[in-house]
Amino acid sequence: MVHTRTARWRRLAVIGVTAAVALSLSACAQSQRGAGGSGNVGGTMVFGVAGAPKNFDPIFNDDGESFRPIRQMYETLVTYKPGTADLAPGLAKSWESTPDGKTWTFHLQQGVKFHDGTPFNAAAVCFNFDRWFNMKGAAAQSQMIYYGDVFEGFAHNEGDTTGQPLYKSCEAKDDGTAVINLNKYKGALPAAFGLTSLSISSPDALKKYDADKVTQSGDSFEYSSYATEHPTGTGPFKFGGFDKANGTITLVRNDDYWGQKAKLDKVIFKIIPDENARKQELRSGTIDGYDYPSPADYKSLKDDGFNVAVRPAFNILYLGINQKNNPALRDLRVRQAIAYALDRDSLVRNKLPEGATVATQFMPKAVAGYADDVQQYPHDVNKAKQLLAEAGASNLTLQFYYPTEVTRPYMPNPQEIATVLAESLKEAGINVQLVPRPWNGGYKDDVQKAGKQDLHLLGWTGDYNDAGNFVGTFFGREKAEFGFNDPSLFAEIAAADGTVDPAQHAAAYQQVSRDLMSRYLPAIPISNSPPAFVVNKKIHGLVPSPLTDERWGPVSKD
Amino acid sequence: MLRFVVRRLLQAVPTLLVLSILLFAWLRSLPGGPATAMLGDKATPAKIAQLNQVLGLDQPIYLQYLRFLRRVLTGDFGNSLVSGDPVVEEIGRAFPATIELSVVALIIAVGLGIPLGYLAARYRGRMLDNVTVVGTLVGVAVPVFFLGYLLKYVFANTLGWFPPSGRQAVDIDATHVTGFFVLDGMMTGEWDAAWDALVHLVLPGLALATIPLAVIVRITRASVLDVVNEDYVRTANAKGLAPGTIRGRHVLRNALLPVSTTIGLQTGLLLAGAVLTEKVFNWGGLGSLLAEGIDRKDYPRLQALILLAAFVYVVVNLLVDISYAIIDPRVRVR
Repeated sequence: MVHTRTARWRRLAVIGVTAAVALSLSACAQSQRGAGGSGNVGGTMVFGVAGAPKNFDPIFNDDGESFRPIRQMYETLVTYKPGTADLAPGLAKSWESTPDGKTWTFHLQQGVKFHDGTPFNAAAVCFNFDRWFNMKGAAAQSQMIYYGDVFEGFAHNEGDTTGQPLYKSCEAKDDGTAVINLNKYKGALPAAFGLTSLSISSPDALKKYDADKVTQSGDSFEYSSYATEHPTGTGPFKFGGFDKANGTITLVRNDDYWGQKAKLDKVIFKIIPDENARKQELRSGTIDGYDYPSPADYKSLKDDGFNVAVRPAFNILYLGINQKNNPALRDLRVRQAIAYALDRDSLVRNKLPEGATVATQFMPKAVAGYADDVQQYPHDVNKAKQLLAEAGASNLTLQFYYPTEVTRPYMPNPQEIATVLAESLKEAGINVQLVPRPWNGGYKDDVQKAGKQDLHLLGWTGDYNDAGNFVGTFFGREKAEFGFNDPSLFAEIAAADGTVDPAQHAAAYQQVSRDLMSRYLPAIPISNSPPAFVVNKKIHGLVPSPLTDERWGPVSKD
Repeated sequence: MLRFVVRRLLQAVPTLLVLSILLFAWLRSLPGGPATAMLGDKATPAKIAQLNQVLGLDQPIYLQYLRFLRRVLTGDFGNSLVSGDPVVEEIGRAFPATIELSVVALIIAVGLGIPLGYLAARYRGRMLDNVTVVGTLVGVAVPVFFLGYLLKYVFANTLGWFPPSGRQAVDIDATHVTGFFVLDGMMTGEWDAAWDALVHLVLPGLALATIPLAVIVRITRASVLDVVNEDYVRTANAKGLAPGTIRGRHVLRNALLPVSTTIGLQTGLLLAGAVLTEKVFNWGGLGSLLAEGIDRKDYPRLQALILLAAFVYVVVNLLVDISYAIIDPRVRVR
């Protein structure tokens, strides 16, 4: 009896203490509702995305998930016409270069303000360019992927960065005129001035939040609060917060925007890594759209009344040929035989998404440098066999590497693509051994570093409209991926890249395209596959961009 | 009791140390690496090499390990390669999500499992028993992700009763204090937010509960059937004790010993189940962190998560032992 009473008291005590703790907790917890967010006039659009952004400082990013919110908050000097890869005025109304391509003058828009209220002007432009050029620390430099690609080096290269800097100086002639001086011409310009990484940040905010401080903690990097909490650009949307617990990035309308103001009050990017989960959220109405629907779902999504917007293709899938391991592959006739053997039409028709096309050369049609009159390789098994016989390679056995556990915009289903291509090669009498390797488990090491393969699948999505971004990346220098060293080809590409006049630049690259397809054929272009996004019927004005550079400013919701 | 707990915790130290060495060696022996994953499409061998150098991944593995160990001893598990946030912070953020989900799943599993198992044993061989036995077989056999998709299809997309995924509606503008969304809503008085979080818990909670529920039902049933035939139950019957007392004090209490062991083990397994459930339901918890970490070769995150999982296992087993002592006084005496 006594025992039972003690137990009861103990139980009561436990309940009492729990209640007291709960009460005291609720006393310290305050609802923070109404702290942010504006009215309901323009509405909120929720868009499902596949991954979290790395951070929000444009210069330290190179991936689509980070660029999507950054593009709404920031602007570049030069931008692209909606739905194309063609250049259009951005923060600069107009621009010109000297004939040697070493001096670029930008005439800036007037009356532009950063989100922190400070003015955008030539001094701000120069501050940004100088910041990038003078960036200190191996950690910070290693994260400036696109800057490194375009400008090649820093004031003081650290770590393994070795390039000679392209950038020389920047002068603010007056408030509205910025002049950028380079050490040499580069073919990527002016298109590369539109790269999202080269967006212009508020100098005040950069200084205030110590933006250059990238520290390395063990195996990884830590960014300043500028990059994580206070991104400050000039764009139509301002940063509203990144709720990591709930996986949402919120952008709110910038009511002081200099151009046409955004129609939506808010854009929320909701992180939903699983593609199927994105689809189900769209169907149940908890999101308004999502990126990269699986091509297999296009039809059912359309049937259900959703708008599947296919972007113009700005990528290329190729069948790589490595000449190092198998001497037969050094014979042009054998590589041509492979090209004739492939039934690319049937592949594109049966295995690739709507809007995909057979690639005739190593860049999509929109790029200046695309030539209509390159040598064609239609599917012709007899011709393939004949060429192999002529080359004495009728009994050819090839290791064909392909990646698994990955989809890329240019390669939605690598295994199926590899299987179809291997079948065509077998028909032409080539023995093919398929070698699957996980994408994040050594595929790129095997094919790009070790060059273990004879054939492999790989591709590329263009960053900006310049032929060098395609063929220069692939064949501009000796690479383990292709296993050949042909100085004449490297020189031809370098000369094209160094041609300043736009028309001659394009003509030089067209010749490169012709020569690549007839004289060199270091790989076989397979296809251009457009990635898509999907939105419900309430959303209007989201224009699909070949560069996946969609802008939410003009978007409205019923 | 305290000495017992401390000793058991100290025993865990060498276990975790050995595990950390194996883990470290294993992660770094996997092909590919974080640099390849971080650089994505634009990875060139030169850039990969440069990043590896900056990250110190080109150094001998034992040096890397010693560096790692030194930092871990100061509580620094490094920053995630994916998000750039300190791993400890990431885990702190994801932990409440997984715990919230696991607790709900456990409440469903235990709250339904023990009564169902007991009833199945009591009405052995009858309709209820047969249905339960078949049901648990199916419950154990159906993969979590399949069940998850099925639940979503039926209850979210077709019937529209529950949200298909996520922890809270994005437009609810909730204040987060502890990271336990239901609790947060209750603490701040944002009852709609609490309710919304609770509604989001139903489908993933059910999906995650299925396997432990099935296991608990089966173990309870078997255990009750064992105990019913014990001498002391017959004695109690012979003494003429009320049937309710016999069931409660003599049968169920004794039958619960193996059940509590099972619950302990299932709690550990819940974490494993959470990886799949969280993926299907876009639940931003430890499972999602782990899945993304494996995909992106996020060494710092994986190291911290797997060591944490091992630590949780040790602690849960300890709790099971303690619960033994509470349920069975003989253990306490010994």
